[in-house]
Amino acid sequence: MSAEGQTTEATPDEEAPRESRSRQVLREIAESSSMVVLMAIVASMVIGGVLIIFADQAVRESAAYFFSRPGDTFSAIGDALGSAYSAMFNGAVLNTQAESFAAMIKPLTQTLTMATPLIFAGLGLGIGFRAGLFNIGAQGQVLIGATVGAYVGFAWSLPAGLHLLLAVIGCALGGALWGFIPGVLKARTGAHEVIVTIMLNYIGLYLVAWLLSLDAFQREGSDNPISPMVADTAQYPKILGAQFNLHLGFLLALACAWGAWWLMERSTLGFRLRAVGANPSAARTAGMSIASATIITMVIAGGLAGLAGSAPVLGTQKFLSASTAGSLGFDAITVALLGRSRPLGIVLAAILFGGLQASGPTLQVNANLPVDIVVVIQALIVLFIAAPPLVRAMFRLPAPAHEKEVAA
Amino acid sequence: MTATVADAAPAASTAPVAAKTWRSTIALAVIAVLSLVIFGLGTGSGSTTTFVVARGTDFVHLPDFTVPSRVAAIVLSLVGLALAGWTGYRANQRRKVGLWLPIVYGMAIMGALLTWAGAGRDATSIQLTGLLTSSLFLAVPLVFGALAGTLCERSGIVNIAIEGQLLAGAFLAALVGSIAGNAYVGLIAAPIAGALVGLVLAIFATKYWVNQIVVGVVLNMLIVGLTSFFFSTVMTENGDLNQPLGMAKLPIPLLSKIPVLGPVLFNQNLLVYLLYVAVAVMQVMLFRSRWGLRVRAVGEHPKAADTVGINVNRTRVRNTVLGGAIAGLGGAFFTVASGLAFGKEMTAGKGYIALAAMILGRWSPRGALAAALLFGFADALRAQLGAIGSPIPSQFLAMTPYLATIFAVAGLVGHSRPPAAEGVPYKK
Amino acid sequence: MKLELRGITKRFGDFTANDRIDLLVEPGTVHALLGENGAGKSTLMNVLFGLYDADEGEVLLDDAPVVFTGPGDAMAAGIGMVHQHFMLVHPFTVAENVMLGHEDVRGPAKLLDLAAARRKVREISDRFNFNVDPDAVIEDLPVGAQQRVEIIKALSRDASILILDEPTAVLTPQETDELLGIVKDLRDAGTSVVLITHKLREVKAVADTITVIRRGKVVGTAEPSASQEELASLMVGRAVTMRVDKAPATPGETMLQVDGLTVVDDAQVVQLDGVSFDVKAGEILAIAGVQGNGQTELTEALLGVVGTDAGTATLDGELITGRSIKDVLFSGIGFVPEDRTEDGIVATMTIANNLMLDTHDKAPYAKGFALQPKAIADEARKHVEQFDVRATSIEQTAGSLSGGNQQKVVLARELSRPLKLLIASNPTRGLDVGSIEFVHKRIVAERDAGAAVIIVSAELDEVVALADRIAVMYHGRIVGIVPPDTDRDTLGLMMAGAHQEEAA
Repeated sequence: MSAEGQTTEATPDEEAPRESRSRQVLREIAESSSMVVLMAIVASMVIGGVLIIFADQAVRESAAYFFSRPGDTFSAIGDALGSAYSAMFNGAVLNTQAESFAAMIKPLTQTLTMATPLIFAGLGLGIGFRAGLFNIGAQGQVLIGATVGAYVGFAWSLPAGLHLLLAVIGCALGGALWGFIPGVLKARTGAHEVIVTIMLNYIGLYLVAWLLSLDAFQREGSDNPISPMVADTAQYPKILGAQFNLHLGFLLALACAWGAWWLMERSTLGFRLRAVGANPSAARTAGMSIASATIITMVIAGGLAGLAGSAPVLGTQKFLSASTAGSLGFDAITVALLGRSRPLGIVLAAILFGGLQASGPTLQVNANLPVDIVVVIQALIVLFIAAPPLVRAMFRLPAPAHEKEVAA
Repeated sequence: MTATVADAAPAASTAPVAAKTWRSTIALAVIAVLSLVIFGLGTGSGSTTTFVVARGTDFVHLPDFTVPSRVAAIVLSLVGLALAGWTGYRANQRRKVGLWLPIVYGMAIMGALLTWAGAGRDATSIQLTGLLTSSLFLAVPLVFGALAGTLCERSGIVNIAIEGQLLAGAFLAALVGSIAGNAYVGLIAAPIAGALVGLVLAIFATKYWVNQIVVGVVLNMLIVGLTSFFFSTVMTENGDLNQPLGMAKLPIPLLSKIPVLGPVLFNQNLLVYLLYVAVAVMQVMLFRSRWGLRVRAVGEHPKAADTVGINVNRTRVRNTVLGGAIAGLGGAFFTVASGLAFGKEMTAGKGYIALAAMILGRWSPRGALAAALLFGFADALRAQLGAIGSPIPSQFLAMTPYLATIFAVAGLVGHSRPPAAEGVPYKK
Repeated sequence: MKLELRGITKRFGDFTANDRIDLLVEPGTVHALLGENGAGKSTLMNVLFGLYDADEGEVLLDDAPVVFTGPGDAMAAGIGMVHQHFMLVHPFTVAENVMLGHEDVRGPAKLLDLAAARRKVREISDRFNFNVDPDAVIEDLPVGAQQRVEIIKALSRDASILILDEPTAVLTPQETDELLGIVKDLRDAGTSVVLITHKLREVKAVADTITVIRRGKVVGTAEPSASQEELASLMVGRAVTMRVDKAPATPGETMLQVDGLTVVDDAQVVQLDGVSFDVKAGEILAIAGVQGNGQTELTEALLGVVGTDAGTATLDGELITGRSIKDVLFSGIGFVPEDRTEDGIVATMTIANNLMLDTHDKAPYAKGFALQPKAIADEARKHVEQFDVRATSIEQTAGSLSGGNQQKVVLARELSRPLKLLIASNPTRGLDVGSIEFVHKRIVAERDAGAAVIIVSAELDEVVALADRIAVMYHGRIVGIVPPDTDRDTLGLMMAGAHQEEAA
């Protein structure tokens, strides 16, 4: 609460308009301290551990005779947790059982590969959040971007380099188009972007399903609705050699992170977007156009989400299917929230969640755990991050001064 | 910008005024004209469409009826055009149109589509009763979900977590039902799962003031993760915990013998009857009872409610939990009420369509029912057209609920005004 | 019923809004709580009404201590409150609003008994000649009628103490007189009334007892027979008359010419009705009027925030209506908005950033698309010094500044461009005395530098002190333009819609 709020009587009575409240919440998320982030991750891992114990057959079997031989239960719990967490480490960071150096660091490169699309889409969402827009539509934007990029990749025949460039641009344009629609609808009619983007996710999904039923997109000789493979000339080159999946898209994502930082912190456009996001009426009174800020934000956010679509179609999977986007769009929301909408934070959050996802196969093989546990941990982290007072209460951390005042 | 003008110009005191806008009229007219051209004039003049209304078990056996396709499609399109005209007439008077209009309009255009699709197919005919039955069937989770959304949003809490609540309900219904070996026990468990999800949403929204959209989206992920995790571990290792159970149809004596509507409406399982009750009770309670008045006040102007002694956050928590329970009950549709075992992510986005039905139904139980039925109809139509080989790609029909919702929130069809305090945490 | 507050203290963070306040309201009297904006009157009443918890002190009803944990308790104890911002649910009818919280119900489902609610509304409305239809929807009612609904709400709960918080802020003088009549009727019917206001005339007209509050403390009590001057000096702690030292105006060429400007809002209400006037270079035109008579729409239409439906405005011969806000600002208009926190500053951005909201893409702040952090900081320091903004750093967020310093930031920004016209709406609302003087001085300086100036103010004192000419607005029209020495009664009548000739 500002000093102004205390010197005029009217302010405590007035209800701030809803927009500014949701922005305030976004800001609070953005300002949550690193300690809270760390504790949120710890708490989520612990809860994840409880689930792992609960689901473990050996634990349940030994628990049946817990009172006669409790030691069995505890050792079963230890085994379950030990194999789960070591599988996570082995799958996401370093393979400790590996024979060669290359095999040892492969998990890490896999983590960065998985992080690549999350960085792209997370950056787009982060810019949206800072400009005051709740874009739930990254999912659709990723898919449409991937569709355009994949089409350029498999249908056109061009020299290497140029082909890749055009395919990447195609991804960005596809996503940007899918971002432009809610942007322009919000700017012109006031249609809430949350609803429109949710609906566009499904429209995009069915549109792609339809496209894949057409001859132009259908892979010859396949019964599945999947596209032909993207031409070699349009694929991201592998940057660490053929034995690693890590591709040029990762470097492009880092470049985009730098670009997003420059855009938001050092450019006049970014200044406008921040001002509009923080207080649209003041921005408008100072001569900024809310409509154009809304449209530009959604186009940039969509374009970055579209680039996220390039990671599967030009980098890893190398063809298009209706499930190409997976749950990327929603994962990216958690990345942007955990990364506090700041580029560096988003890169780190994407690597964390990319690592969790990369450990999926190892979890399955080494610990016999389904990859879904990763989704649970991811969602829990973001829930905790969103409510710093909850985390502080759980770990008895002191509340920062400004929060005490808000509570007063 | 809501500057109040003391006794301002005479216009200020006249009854409800809607802004004079032609957007709806134009949108409705364009679609009706397209329908006229494509479905009406695009149908061969000699062809006919056969509608089968009767089924072997009917008490009164109605004959199939066959209509000249072209004429019928033209007539239905003209009905749509007339409704567009009525919208324009009302807009000119600055009056609003009722909820019935988009519903009737939607049915007319869909009817034209159906007639066109069935034209000249002597071997196949449109199974009208079957179509209506599956419309209702497919609408069940949407209605429960939309009711849940309505309950929460009327009290000012945005519930994006409907999807998660449906899924949690489906999961727990299957689990508990399987353990008990009885579908009805599962039906009782389902709302508990949904209520728990609602409780988490409510606590984050009212105690920690976390953005409700964030919580909703993340809760959906969490529930997908949790249910998939348990499905892949506990349920897969022990098949007894996830059995396909079914609920018998309970035909209501006499009523179920009414031609066409009888079997559609009154030969259903318990969950469908609960749906009728839920819609009717909610409609009355929300708009005619003390509870409803208070809930709506909390959603519109929480501070005003607080100043007359209504506990805003308690009302919101209760509504969100109750809403979650209703969505959870709707989740039972996917498992015990359909005779299916639980499957990963089996709600497949129905929670988001329910959200759309809530918006299109303008935050009222009756409207939610109507919108959900329309969406269910579109879904059933897709299946039937797929069966008879429709000229329209099924994916486009699948898009219609989503497109309709975008049109609605963009103000192209009707107007949707959400509760004023929706999504705003109440802080003293 | 007798109401007594003893030693009420309420703090917000480091700020003490109420400091050991004592107050005694005798049964069947009108007790005025007099104080400037921001003195802590509303906070005190919110404590009494159970909306805030007091940090110290106690409330006594008929000498028995009571604790209100919420407004429900206060109402049950017989205290009713009409808030400055009405607590009415807009899509509800009058009857629904009145019954909310203490509904008459039937049956186990507790269905509403609307007939009983309507009857109750009609009965109270008839008793005090309120003329309110129980089935009217609130959002269709004019402000005066909404206020009567609020009073019905309180009375229907058998309030024996009624708190009116700045009830006349949104009323015309006539409506104000009607309300004061109602207050007297209520008192005669045995209800105690606490009238919170900063308007001396109202206090003198109806109060039986007066308590004056300044900066959160009771500074004295007075009899209604006390003179306006005495009351005013108690209230503000200084001589009442607002005086601005300024040389006589030397008007030049016509700078702003407004012809038939009309604004119709989304609800089809005519907010600005064919307004025409001009302002010359080097003169201050002050616009007087009761809040909500089209002043906001006029300034916003000139800036282009709201679209115009007819009419034109030209600045120095150049058309400004129908152009983008940015165009208008850079054609030479400075704009100090009415609501500083909403439209003036971005609270979460730094002072430096707030100073460049309008010119962020121009030199020296930017080269091409790139911002120039060093130039931004240099400019900010310069402005902060020139306008005496009290801040620890230019990197401090604007939201952490006091109201006066926020207003200085807005002024510094708006006066940094070469101006032909300055538009300032309620430029000193909620500011301390020092800041008020500073703001007035800068505005006069701008005039003397040759700019045309439009001041909109709800405070007649400020209008009279600053104006070279006064335009009075009523119902979206200008009812007359008069010299600043026009007597106040005439101005008052004009604010109630009388034309100049009738009023004089």
